[in-house]
Amino acid sequence: MCGIVGLHLKSPGLYPQLGARLSEMLLAMSERGPDSAGIAIYEEGLPEGSFRYSLRAPGPGYDWAAMTQRLDWAAAIRPVADDAVLTAPGNPVAVLERLADQAPELRVFSYGNTMEVYKDVGDPTAICDRYGIAQRSGYQGLGHTRMATESAVTTDHSHPFAAAADLCLVHNGSFSNHATIRRRLADEGVVCTTDNDSEVAARFIAYHMARGDDLGAALRKVLAEFDGFFTLLVAARDQFAVVRDTFACKPAVIAEAPDFVAMASEYRALAGLPGIEEADVFEPMPEEIHIWSR
Amino acid sequence: MVALNCAELSTREINRALAELPNGSTVSITDPQGRHNLAVGLHNQVAITIEGNAGYFIGGLCDGPEIVVNGFVGWSAGENLMSGIVRVRGNASESTGASSHGGLVIVEGDASSRTGISLKGGTIAVAGDVGHMSGFMAQAGTILIGGDAGEGLGDSLYEAIIYVGGAFRSLGADAQVEELTESDIERVQQLIEQTGFDHINPQNVKRVGSARTLYNFSAVAGHAY
Repeated sequence: MCGIVGLHLKSPGLYPQLGARLSEMLLAMSERGPDSAGIAIYEEGLPEGSFRYSLRAPGPGYDWAAMTQRLDWAAAIRPVADDAVLTAPGNPVAVLERLADQAPELRVFSYGNTMEVYKDVGDPTAICDRYGIAQRSGYQGLGHTRMATESAVTTDHSHPFAAAADLCLVHNGSFSNHATIRRRLADEGVVCTTDNDSEVAARFIAYHMARGDDLGAALRKVLAEFDGFFTLLVAARDQFAVVRDTFACKPAVIAEAPDFVAMASEYRALAGLPGIEEADVFEPMPEEIHIWSR
Repeated sequence: MVALNCAELSTREINRALAELPNGSTVSITDPQGRHNLAVGLHNQVAITIEGNAGYFIGGLCDGPEIVVNGFVGWSAGENLMSGIVRVRGNASESTGASSHGGLVIVEGDASSRTGISLKGGTIAVAGDVGHMSGFMAQAGTILIGGDAGEGLGDSLYEAIIYVGGAFRSLGADAQVEELTESDIERVQQLIEQTGFDHINPQNVKRVGSARTLYNFSAVAGHAY
């Protein structure tokens, strides 16, 4: 069992509330997954061509200032608890290579023009507090509370899994053929960093989108090729998508209101949203792909 | 009228308070906010109204009370019901009335997949549509569907009977449409009166039952391999 939540805001007036609403939704799903949690926040503000890199320090007390001084290029660092978000202009491939070269002790959770990812093991409430999620503004976000069933409980095995710029995914369920698809992706040069099944889906979607598919086409390929149980919530820079497997054994509730689209494993995560009384609340059907774009 | 507010009370406190009420009491549960496990495991003859949308297992394991939910519910409403009524004014999610042994689960909207899975003698009536695999492995009891049913209706049915007012996407393994008898029409008419689902024409429902081909192991089946 895991809990997933997501919020896609249509009304800019709600942007300042994104983090507060998203963390309330996530905490309502804590019972579904108390071992780890993660959040992706999408926030405008960086110029085109600049990217944020969500970085994990090798341990507490890491000296981010010294790390940035060591870098021989223009990059701004914003520490968030023990982790940090690095902002840098330029091609992400080159930036990731330089990071690997000049700060190999760091792990990169995600990168994107608007997306930041925070995740950790432990109590979801403590994780939201540590990263100040409730204070964050933004235009969309998603979250995951994990009850691990098929791979280890570590930060790297926690969701969201980000596999391309501004693209990430949270998953409730388990894939049964992820090893096969992982090998097939490896043959194409796509490398997974963990043995987690959900990471394979994130890499699979990113792989197909890099080859020209839009999000809908990539998700149709997920339905065609992945075996197992899944409710997936996938976010791209300007899109927010929900898909469930053929059997729909993993729950999902969507609320669509004039000002927002919200999704959660259970309705109780949505019950506190302002305007939920007027929202169209429905359960997505098996194999249906729901996508909202801004 | 007893009033219980979910914002002030834990689920256990609510269920304990409900269980201690004398027969004939009426109760209003407010602010459910999608709360799970409300009004479960009760053996008394009480009338309970839940004012709002509720979560999973509403009215589960009950043996007596009449429960009305003025809203929608999550998974497994009336799960393992023994007797009494669970009426949902809105829609219901998956596995409504799963394994219920007796009583009546009424959904005035639509119900999702696996409605009446493993039904063991209870009755389920849905005014609207039901999702895929409804009636899966239902052993005894009745499911009345006013609207349409999804794929795999009545898969691996035992002795339960399903009546469908609309269309079904497909029948499951070993399910078949059977001739509607006078006693079927009477049974559906009786359910219409109980539920108020007068949009259903009892003469015009399809009866789905088991072809019983899965009841016994067939030695011949192995010859295919």
